[in-house]
Amino acid sequence: MSRISETIKTKGLLFTVERFFDRYKWVIAIVFGILAVSVPFLGLSRSMMRLLVMIGLYSMLGMGLNILVGYTGQVSLGHAGFYAIGAYVCALLQVDAGVNFWVALIAGGIFSGLVGLLLGLPTLRLSGTYLSIVTLGFGEVVQMILKQWDSVTYGNYGVRNIPKPELFGFTFNQQNGGFYIIILVLTTLTAIGCYLLRNSKTGRAFVAIKEDELAATMMGIKTSRYKILAFVLSAFVTGIAGGFYSVINNGYIEPTNFTFNISILIMSVVIVGGLGTIRGMFFGSAILMLFPEVFRFLNEWRFVIYGLLLVLMMRFRPQGALGWQSTLPYRLTKETKKLLENSKAAADTNDMK
Amino acid sequence: MDFLKVKNITMQFGGLFAVQDVDFYVNRGEIVSLIGPNGAGKTTIFNMLTGVYQITSGTMEFEGQKLEGKTPQEIVELGISRTFQNLRLFQKMRVIENVLVGTHIRTKYNFFDGLFRTKAFREEEAKNTYKAIEILKSIGLENYMNSYVESLPYGEQRKVEIARAIATDAKLLLLDEPAAGMNPSESEDLLRFIKSLKDKGFTILMIEHDMNVVMNISDRIYVLDHGKMIAHGLPDEIANDKRVIEAYLGGERKHAKNRKS
Repeated sequence: MSRISETIKTKGLLFTVERFFDRYKWVIAIVFGILAVSVPFLGLSRSMMRLLVMIGLYSMLGMGLNILVGYTGQVSLGHAGFYAIGAYVCALLQVDAGVNFWVALIAGGIFSGLVGLLLGLPTLRLSGTYLSIVTLGFGEVVQMILKQWDSVTYGNYGVRNIPKPELFGFTFNQQNGGFYIIILVLTTLTAIGCYLLRNSKTGRAFVAIKEDELAATMMGIKTSRYKILAFVLSAFVTGIAGGFYSVINNGYIEPTNFTFNISILIMSVVIVGGLGTIRGMFFGSAILMLFPEVFRFLNEWRFVIYGLLLVLMMRFRPQGALGWQSTLPYRLTKETKKLLENSKAAADTNDMK
Repeated sequence: MDFLKVKNITMQFGGLFAVQDVDFYVNRGEIVSLIGPNGAGKTTIFNMLTGVYQITSGTMEFEGQKLEGKTPQEIVELGISRTFQNLRLFQKMRVIENVLVGTHIRTKYNFFDGLFRTKAFREEEAKNTYKAIEILKSIGLENYMNSYVESLPYGEQRKVEIARAIATDAKLLLLDEPAAGMNPSESEDLLRFIKSLKDKGFTILMIEHDMNVVMNISDRIYVLDHGKMIAHGLPDEIANDKRVIEAYLGGERKHAKNRKS
């Protein structure tokens, strides 16, 4: 106990809390994991289940955008565009071509990734505000296409009668917790993918580009290629999330499901949770999804409170609620430790001679 | 075949000649210093060598390979790496991660290896991390390995930059004012470290203002003023060169000449 108060005194309360979370992160992760897995058996109400599904969905959207904004430092205000593309491709393939949901879901992600590639190319020369404006324009263009291209997208009428996903005769829906199970799996896979990505040369290259693009170039990183890759990965994840959304929205989607507000909401998840972290995406999503529900009694005033919270947050914790840097040492792999021990042993025997 | 041979390179920005008809060479295993007053064009030469600028005219050869027209990435691949005058580190990354970014181009696994943690990934990652730790030990940064760069003192950050440049497996290191902002004892340590780099087989081209460092470790010195090479020689020769003293301190004769014309 005295050790803790010592740390608080020397390093501050915030640091102590952060270190506590870092130290027990695996315990915390396992606790949350067990809770998450047991949710379908808890007999929660339908609205509660829907809320949890939305939290999962926005965590995934947050992680997708985080690859671009949090890792590579490129701002996108048009992610609703990728979200819409994933949703429409997935929905239309099922409704018009009779494709199986799982295939359509992947196809939506891949198609969205390809569009990400196309959008990534012209934006290579842009950064900061200019990039934001191009991506903002992209989001609007996608929505316009969805509204106007009646023969393919059914225009403002939207895509209807999207079937529920099935697997080996089991139909996934809101009541049986099926939607929850799908998003749990998708979110977990995305989180693991992001973690592995961040701790590889690709992830380091992304962060290097964010921190100092010229220096990254001088280290031989092909910055253009990595910036496009970030766009593609981000769009892929967002597209998959879109495909999932198309089946949980009572069987229909329409262009107004993918407005600029959605782009902003995804961006808020990333910023509130903590840029560049994975844990933050879950937290940010939970906060932003819970907020309107919890403060329902405030009616319109809740948006005032919401805005105020964001302003205060930017003032006092710009890195996001959970956006701290790890206080643990750099994690060495088994193989690295072995190499280090071998060299140490070799050095010791030399000393003895 | 010369190690690095630069002939008649010129860098023109509009009407301004930042560097004009500069010649120099560096032999393998040498420490060569490039000195000159502020604004002489020293950093411009580094930017030309590393492909940041496309040179206006002239030729640059490194181990028989042309450098002009190459991208910065291709030049790093050939074995030239640099540090920056105003530190350009990845501030929010750990020291070891900064050095690992340096190993990027020598890392032989692709995106999918990283995602599936294949054998190639694990072996390469271990090899590179080991290499990074060894480099950090040799430069005396092993205690800062886990720290974030932004929390390091300035002198230590300079060392991280050098470590990162070494990690690219460079044969030629371009150090842009490595001793800037260091106190005498820190620059003494740095001097020793740079000498040890020479013993390990690195070749060094260095811009430096600290004459103690320059005179003590340079094999040869080039002096640049107003974009032109005004002197070249051994440290002793340079220290007594009239043109050099004039360039740094200003000379009676030069003013007189200017007035006449």
